[in-house]
Amino acid sequence: MDRRTTIKWVLAASASLPLLRPGAARAFSAPTARGYGSDPDLSRSYAAGEPWPLTLTAAQRRLAGTLSDIIIPADDRSPSASAAGVVDFIDEWLSAPYPDCQRDRGIVLGGLAWLDTEAGRRFGRDFLDLAPAAQTSLCEDICDEVRAPPALREAAHFFARYRDLTAGGFYSSPIGRQDLKYIGNVPLASFDGPPLALLKSLGLA
Amino acid sequence: MPFVTADTQQSDYDVIVVGSGAGGGQSAYTLCMDGAKVLMLEAGRNYSHTESSMFRTPDVAPLRGASTPDKPFGFFDATVDGGWSVPGEPYVRASEEDAGRFEWWRARMLGGRTNHWGRISLRNGPYDFKPYSRDGLGFDWPIGYEDVAPYYDKVEMLVGVYGSNEGLENTPNSPARCLLPPPTPLVSDRLIAQRAKRLGIPAIPGHRAVLTRALDYKRIPARLHPGNARAQKILAEDMRARTPCLWATPCGYGCAIRANYQSITVHLPPALKTGNLDIITDAMVHEVTLGRNGRANGVNFIDRLSGQEKHSAARVVILAASACESARILLNSKSAQHPDGLGNSSGKVGRYLMDTVGSSVSGQIPLLENLPPLNEDGADGHALYVPWWQYPEQRAGKLGFARGYHIEFGGGKRMPGAGTGAGLEWLTGGGYGKKFKEDVRRYYGSFVRFDGRGEMIPNEQSYCEIDPGIKDKWAIPVLRFHWQWSEHEWRQAVHMQSTFAAIIDAMGGKTRHPVKTDGAEAIAPGGSIIHEVGGAIMGSDPATSVTNRWGQTWDVDNLFINDGAVFASNADKNPTLTIMALAWRASDHILERLRRKEL
Repeated sequence: MDRRTTIKWVLAASASLPLLRPGAARAFSAPTARGYGSDPDLSRSYAAGEPWPLTLTAAQRRLAGTLSDIIIPADDRSPSASAAGVVDFIDEWLSAPYPDCQRDRGIVLGGLAWLDTEAGRRFGRDFLDLAPAAQTSLCEDICDEVRAPPALREAAHFFARYRDLTAGGFYSSPIGRQDLKYIGNVPLASFDGPPLALLKSLGLA
Repeated sequence: MPFVTADTQQSDYDVIVVGSGAGGGQSAYTLCMDGAKVLMLEAGRNYSHTESSMFRTPDVAPLRGASTPDKPFGFFDATVDGGWSVPGEPYVRASEEDAGRFEWWRARMLGGRTNHWGRISLRNGPYDFKPYSRDGLGFDWPIGYEDVAPYYDKVEMLVGVYGSNEGLENTPNSPARCLLPPPTPLVSDRLIAQRAKRLGIPAIPGHRAVLTRALDYKRIPARLHPGNARAQKILAEDMRARTPCLWATPCGYGCAIRANYQSITVHLPPALKTGNLDIITDAMVHEVTLGRNGRANGVNFIDRLSGQEKHSAARVVILAASACESARILLNSKSAQHPDGLGNSSGKVGRYLMDTVGSSVSGQIPLLENLPPLNEDGADGHALYVPWWQYPEQRAGKLGFARGYHIEFGGGKRMPGAGTGAGLEWLTGGGYGKKFKEDVRRYYGSFVRFDGRGEMIPNEQSYCEIDPGIKDKWAIPVLRFHWQWSEHEWRQAVHMQSTFAAIIDAMGGKTRHPVKTDGAEAIAPGGSIIHEVGGAIMGSDPATSVTNRWGQTWDVDNLFINDGAVFASNADKNPTLTIMALAWRASDHILERLRRKEL
């Protein structure tokens, strides 16, 4: 199927999909948990599910993991997003009672449902059951909000938001910090600043 | 017992200090070190620097430490029970329009907002105390730089401020051995400085209240407390207990080693050590009470734990509850003698609220891509800054706005968090997969951000008053805020935008968003910079000001305002250092008058 045909299909499919319309967030029941309050215990560690219950279904979590790993796959420096705990992070985020999280809940759960529906329309299967090339071809159509055709704008908006959450979850983890070779947050006897050779190479010394 | 309750408090305090932040902490310190008996009342809970989140990483925090309405500066921010909204303690905005919006930050905890502030400690210059004389706008202060300078010296030596003396216009030098050495700049700082210089914009070492080395405990106590051996001994011991910066973890988490200034790590420990300070926390002061002689005799407060109304008594009352809260207490202190609130015979209580003009631009710099691993935590930013540099152009009338701004900037490979790798489409074109991982590595540490911090001129439309209907959960009437910027602030914000874009361009980078050319869009909403001052301004005329040159209310002889409320102008310099200097100065004056039995 060439790209032009794909887009026609997608246009037709989008026209009948209510999940990404304004107000779609209401299609997904909001968690009723409370936030951690204005004076939480800062001294303890919180695992996902401790501040408030996780709410994604097993199927949603599987799909979330697959999509996260398409965005951040394993490579020779670090493992994939799901291996770094990103699904737990996203579940925690979408299950949180705060306004930004609740807005994202509608966008992401709507987007995940759209992925399956769209995979069905294009390939007759759920997204998870697609071959990697087919998964990629679908992501390719929605990976950039600027380039996406109008009918796919909302799906592209979902993808952008989901990529942000995946990246945030990955890079804020110990695995992600190592991937970026972050070496701070350690006590130093003195702060000596950047090495002279580096400054010279940049024309700064 | 220094921490007392309404039931265990004494009955013979010399001074009540309402509030425990920069103004309250400095007042208590100065008064107690010289022997006055002080009761401090703090609306929030007790808080210790040992609660700091130093070295904690985002992966152990809910939502990876991202900001939420419960914790607006992130999970690990030191602020307790604070933010632009506090549960059960509403305030009213007269306008919901952006241009008329004012947001009120509060921190209900011992030490107040000194626990999370940016630690930027800039002196007002000589111009900043006489703005009306220079351009005919706003008000002159009844004091000049020369009155405050000795107290800037003292505060810098006491709390420990790093910086340098550059001799630039209206950017005062400190005397020798006042300042600590500034930290070495990051790669991004140096690149910004180099390229800004090509545009004629000077970047110089910043000034922040962070110990870049140990305080000189042998020399400073004698300078600060001449002839007072006991104070010297207490301070020397306390200075030795503070550890210099270990170049890691954000200052806003609070500092368990007491390397930066928080009132709870610098002012309160020696004040408590004197034995002259009692503190009641969870004490929500709402009214100054008067004796039959018309003088203040104490305050009424709600004990937040029991919900009961309590009273404390003293010879002198100092309000240092923060600009707006102090104004609120005055306005709520109504009596037959003072039907419009205490200290308000001029009608000026709550008037001339000012915040700082804020505008930001961020950009990405190809030269900073793919740098080798670097520890860029440093002293948590602000190694360098740009003081206002266009005085000549402004004098020549070339700018279209009357007052200046300084530039705070930063970059570097800081701790990755919940926002890392987000919003890169403008650079990556929406990539994903292995290419996306490579892109995040490439761009990590290549971003810079510029924040303008400019002077707002006081105006008649920016003020707070008591809302006629709404009360908080303690049944205390709440504030209603009115806000308006003038063309001066809007044009200044636009100037910030174009300046920051020019620097980014000179660095070979590009701005994240198009530069804003509409001042109303470029400017951050009132209150969002959290530099609100005014509301009980000092002056030389009782008809047009609330206090005299000592922060003493014109109407009540023994009632003083020792916080930002007395500011008659809000220079681009961040207000905290000036709040402390004025509080020390006023407290010296109070001590002198207590000695002379005048209070």
